[in-house]
Amino acid sequence: MNMSRLLYIQRRATNLVTMAFAVLAMGVGLFWLSWLLWTLFSSGMPAIQVSVFTQITPPPGSNGGLLNAIVGSVILTLGGVLLGAPIGVLAGTYLAEFGRDSRLAATVRFISDVLLSAPSIIIGVFVYEIVVRRSGHFSAWAGIGALAIIVLPVVVRTSEDMLRLVPNTMREAAAALGAPQWKVTLMIVYRAARAGILTGILLSVARISGETAPLLFTALNNQFWSTSLDQPIANLPAVIFQFAMSPYEDWHRLAWAGALIITLGVLLLNILARSVLRPPRFSA
Amino acid sequence: MNNLSTMITMTDVEPAVFPKKLEVSDLGFCYGDTQVLHKINLSVPEKQVVAFIGPSGCGKSTLLRVFNRIYEMYPKQRSSGEVRLDGENILDPRYDLNRLRARIGMVFQKPTPFPMSIYENIAFGVRLYERLPRHTMSERVEWALRKAALWNEVKDLLHRDGTQLSGGQQQRLCIARAIAVKPEVLLLDEPASALDPISTLKIEELIAELKSDYTIMIVTHNMQQAARVSDYTAFLYLGRLVEYDKTEVLFTNPACKETEDYITGRYG
Repeated sequence: MNMSRLLYIQRRATNLVTMAFAVLAMGVGLFWLSWLLWTLFSSGMPAIQVSVFTQITPPPGSNGGLLNAIVGSVILTLGGVLLGAPIGVLAGTYLAEFGRDSRLAATVRFISDVLLSAPSIIIGVFVYEIVVRRSGHFSAWAGIGALAIIVLPVVVRTSEDMLRLVPNTMREAAAALGAPQWKVTLMIVYRAARAGILTGILLSVARISGETAPLLFTALNNQFWSTSLDQPIANLPAVIFQFAMSPYEDWHRLAWAGALIITLGVLLLNILARSVLRPPRFSA
Repeated sequence: MNNLSTMITMTDVEPAVFPKKLEVSDLGFCYGDTQVLHKINLSVPEKQVVAFIGPSGCGKSTLLRVFNRIYEMYPKQRSSGEVRLDGENILDPRYDLNRLRARIGMVFQKPTPFPMSIYENIAFGVRLYERLPRHTMSERVEWALRKAALWNEVKDLLHRDGTQLSGGQQQRLCIARAIAVKPEVLLLDEPASALDPISTLKIEELIAELKSDYTIMIVTHNMQQAARVSDYTAFLYLGRLVEYDKTEVLFTNPACKETEDYITGRYG
């Protein structure tokens, strides 16, 4: 009787201590996040004006906005995803459906994981070396290439994981009807994993929309309006970098506005990814 | 072990009345280096229900998975021996897999509706073999759903997602899907083990109905179910066919001690 009572008190104490540490850890994390968001909103909100979305980046001392940088960022991000995501989904499909435990699949998986943790500046330097130096100038294409390389391993990993969540019984059921493997993959497994794969792609968009280092080496920046993929192109991260480091007060304000726009964009994408596209749930 | 292998010969029943649909001879099966089926010999009469019973791990599901070569999805699984469907050896690699699976349909233990509408669930299989105009396809879908005793429950929900049905309805949808391809043989791998008693009853009634058109092989770990639905019963133990006979004979007057011990609940 005594023994079990002692055990009970002991368990309660352990539970309490563990709980306290967990809540503390969460508090520490949330504290910095909310401080960061608070600073961003309090400095960024006043800087958001109509002109931010209608005018291009100004020289110091004159009025302007971020239109060229916003459009440039959208072009670069969209381009990077359009180039990187299909390759990533196909590679993830190979790993989950065809290669599985083969040697080649294990190698691809390992390399993809290495790429996933590669510092993005190295990817920037790499593209600089093979595209920018050879073509002789910075370009949006080079930026798109660098972003696509960043998208690739993210999408490979999420696609493979999501495809693997589809229970094997589903594949067997389709195969038992006589469907060849490509039809099983294309018409059944993709459909079952669709939400998860799209979520992975959206998360990769969130990941690259704030990338700065690889763009400094590839797309560079452009003070003027340009949507040519063959020319350097303005983009929010590079503009924030340039404007925030400058001594000019009006550039600082635009940098805050840009930072807020990126953050809100990423937040929106994350919310979208979580609510509209719920990852599949299977009873298995 | 020794006396088990001698029993196989005496239990090699030849049902005389019905023509043989499927003949299994010297069938063996390996998962990698582990042999899980040993020299199985039996023949399945046409338009009859054969139940496979035995304790967990005895190889009854594995045996069923040989009949449509679904095991070939996994590289380390191999079979040996012969399985003849209407006289042709289906284990011959030259025997076309699509043709085989069009002739032998399968329903699995867990209901596996595809993530698409009820209609599309059934049309998917049919489209693999036939190009039907829209109204013929609708007729086929209705026919299959009626056959599977599901039509009345879903006729107004055909464009609803198949995964939203109840477990029992999902399983009947899977049966409808298998029937829609118009196979000759149906393999049922514990089709009712994940279902509630009422759904189980419906599935069992369905099996009795389907018997008039199809040759049915069912794996079950429920002996009462085997006794209720089947004409012939095969008892497997440790990867060997211990006894195979008419269901009423096997359950009332088993020839082998192992069978008797199992059906009276001494192990398993």
